[in-house]
Amino acid sequence: MCLGVPMQVKSITDEMAVCEIDGVQREACLMMIDDVRVGDYVLIHAGFAIEKIDEDEARLTLQALRQALDMGLAPE
Amino acid sequence: MKHLHEYRDPELARLQLQAIRQTIAGYHRTMTLMEVCGTHTMAIYQHGIRALLPQQIRLISGPGCPVCVTPVTYLDQAVALARRPNTMITTFGDMVRVPGSSSSLQQEQARGATIKIVYSPLDAIRLAVQNPGTDVVFLGVGFETTAPTVAGAILTAARRNIGNFYVLCSHKTMPGPMAALAADPGLQVDGYLCPAHVSAIIGASAYQPLATENRVPCVVTGFEPLDVLQGVLMLTRQVVAGQARVETQYRRVVKPNGNVKAKTLLNQVFEPCDARWRGIGDIPGSGLRLRDEFAGFDAARQLPVAIEPSAEHTGCRCGEILKGKIRPHDCPLFRTICTPEEPVGACMVSSEGTCAAEYHYGTE
Repeated sequence: MCLGVPMQVKSITDEMAVCEIDGVQREACLMMIDDVRVGDYVLIHAGFAIEKIDEDEARLTLQALRQALDMGLAPE
Repeated sequence: MKHLHEYRDPELARLQLQAIRQTIAGYHRTMTLMEVCGTHTMAIYQHGIRALLPQQIRLISGPGCPVCVTPVTYLDQAVALARRPNTMITTFGDMVRVPGSSSSLQQEQARGATIKIVYSPLDAIRLAVQNPGTDVVFLGVGFETTAPTVAGAILTAARRNIGNFYVLCSHKTMPGPMAALAADPGLQVDGYLCPAHVSAIIGASAYQPLATENRVPCVVTGFEPLDVLQGVLMLTRQVVAGQARVETQYRRVVKPNGNVKAKTLLNQVFEPCDARWRGIGDIPGSGLRLRDEFAGFDAARQLPVAIEPSAEHTGCRCGEILKGKIRPHDCPLFRTICTPEEPVGACMVSSEGTCAAEYHYGTE
């Protein structure tokens, strides 16, 4: 039930945003988050954006994994 | 799909598995890690993660499916409301087929009741506006991820003076049951994979008492396969080192204090109450009820109905499944009497229930 879908904000009108993933668009309520801009990625749950996705943290998580790969911890 | 596909890279997954194997080499006990979110349960089954991990690591599912932990009396109350004249029940899909004591919402629908599956509580508000002569009841089930969306809907209904919208509230909160299970001597949990999106709201710091007082390592973990593997690796490192800390793997979404605005919404509309968890029992302060200011939206207070005495199938072992004490195959009803087509217990009905996941994806 706690599934959340990462979607990109396409447009904002008052408290509502049109968000998109893979060409599918959905309306979402922005009541729970501040400072959202068009182009941001947000996590959508039950018609509400429940949190913004932090692009820097997302990059760091993947970077750390790839660095370990480069350091010779090669997959079997 | 950005923020999904990057976390499904098989090469990086193999690397993480290797790191897990290296970490656990030299540790000679079985390590039991519990996930407490139905979405984790599904991710672990769908991606076959259990079979990839070293045999020493045992992943068990806890009470993380909100539909599954909802007591039968709640279903019976929803069924009774569905039988009222001029009433429409609105709900997320999973609740419709859960058996109550003598009926289900699906059976009531077949008998003529109006049951609508909605994607958002805001859809229920829309239905209330479109049907002014009908009492529209939304079934408020779910943890802290979902409860603020219901709070948002109630505030919207209050602002717009919508008088025919009601919530039958059975929201529950974490981490109360995690502390209850950690204190259960019959269940040795070595570490918790903490729920991803509940934590987006409540924050990673909510698990600090579990680490400090119960000495159980906690890692807030995302739902993609690389997230789950990294969460398992972080827990394994803590367990092997004899530590009990709260760490966050899912840093792209979860902050130490969570979503303060969502928590404010939650506190504005709801207050904590004692709650009954199917399989676990009563846990003080682990539920949410509507504050008195919002009593006008409370279906339990505004639309009184007679509720039948509750009865559950005697052979159903959902309770033990929900505590991680037995696996679905240990239940005599699993796959024989209880199937997704004709479910007996909630764990088989909900798409996130452990028995449904085992039925669809299990390899045991």
